[in-house]
Amino acid sequence: MEFGNKILVIIPAYNEEKRIASVIRGVKDHLPLAKVLIVDDGSDDKTRRMAIEADAQVLSHPINLGYGAALQTGYKFALEKGYETIVQMDGDGQHDPSSVPELLGAIERGEADIVIGSRFLKTGSTIWAGEIYQAPFIRRLGMRIFGTITSLIIQQKVTDSTSGYQAMNRKALKWVSSDKFPWDYPDADVIIMLHRAGFRIKEVPVRMFENQGRKSMHSGWKPIYYVFKMFLSIMVTLMRK
Amino acid sequence: MPIRNKVIALVVGFWMLFLIIELVRRRKLREEYSWLWLMTGSVILLLTLWFDLLKWITELVGAVSPSSTIFLFAFLFLVFISLHFSVVISKLTDRNKELAQRYALLEMEVHELKKRTLPPEEGVLSKT
Repeated sequence: MEFGNKILVIIPAYNEEKRIASVIRGVKDHLPLAKVLIVDDGSDDKTRRMAIEADAQVLSHPINLGYGAALQTGYKFALEKGYETIVQMDGDGQHDPSSVPELLGAIERGEADIVIGSRFLKTGSTIWAGEIYQAPFIRRLGMRIFGTITSLIIQQKVTDSTSGYQAMNRKALKWVSSDKFPWDYPDADVIIMLHRAGFRIKEVPVRMFENQGRKSMHSGWKPIYYVFKMFLSIMVTLMRK
Repeated sequence: MPIRNKVIALVVGFWMLFLIIELVRRRKLREEYSWLWLMTGSVILLLTLWFDLLKWITELVGAVSPSSTIFLFAFLFLVFISLHFSVVISKLTDRNKELAQRYALLEMEVHELKKRTLPPEEGVLSKT
C-alpha cells in the first residue's frame, strides 16, 4: 500500500541489540517509503550500532529517561523534520509491522488525528509462539478497568487503552511534543488528555506478539505505581480546564 | 518554659541561623533554598524569646506545653521543607529530560554534519 505523506516510524528502544535489527527490517518490508527512527534510551549494549547497520536513523539519549520520554524525543524530531504522519511501535518486536497499513489508513482518510492499535478488537490479537495469547488475569483485569474508565470519560469505546502501537497526524504530533504530554508513564491518561484537547481518536485492530523471556516493563512494584499513577493522572486531567 | 529548654532552644536557633548564613556565604546553599530555613530558625528564636507569644500559640493549638509547641513547629517545618524539595525535584526532573532530549537531537545533527563534511572513514560509525 502506498502512502503519500512523509511518514516516520518511531521506535523507542532500550537494550534491544538482539531484536532491533529484525524490528527495523520488518517495518521496512511493510513500509518501504517510510523513514525509521530508533530512539535509543541510554542503552548500554549495541542497540545503537545494530540500528545504524540496519539502516535506521538513531537518536541516543545520554541517560535512560524512560519509554515516554524516548517517544517524545521521537515526536520532537518528527515535528522538527516536517513529518506529516508518524507511527509509533515498541522496539522489542511486540508489535506486528503488518498491521501498520491498518493504522495509517485511518489517518490518511482523515478519519482521526490519532489511531490506536487494539489487540482486543475483533480482528486484533496477541500471538505467543504461534498461538493466540491471553495475558495473566490480573493484567487483563487492570486493562479492562482502565479501558472502561477511559471509554466512559471520552464517551467512546476504547478496548486497548495501554497500547503503544499508534499512529498520529501532525496536529496531534504538536500536542504530544509539548510539555502537556505525560512522559513518565504515558498510557490511558494520554487518550483522555487528547480527547479533552479536541483530537479525534479511533481504534483499529492490530496483531501483537508476546515475547517470552522479555524483560517486562511491568515487573516488581511497577504495577502498583502504575495503578496509582493512572488514577491520579486521570483525576487531575478531569480537574484541569 | 523551663530555663534549660529555653537555653537549648536559643542555642539551636542561633546555631541554625549562623549555619545557614555561612552556607550561603560559602555558596554551598542557594539563597532561594535558604529562606525556609532562615524563617524557621528565626521563628524558633522569636518564640523562645517572646514567651507570651509562645504561650498564646500553645493555647491556640491546644498543645500540652510550650515545648510541645516548638516541636510542633519543627515538625511542620520538616513536612514543608520536604514538600518544597519534592516540588524542586519535579522541576529538575522535567528540565533534565528536556536537556537529554535536546542533547540527543543535537548529537544526531552533529553526526549528520560530520557524515556530510568529513571524508569517508572508519570514524563515521565511531559512536557505537
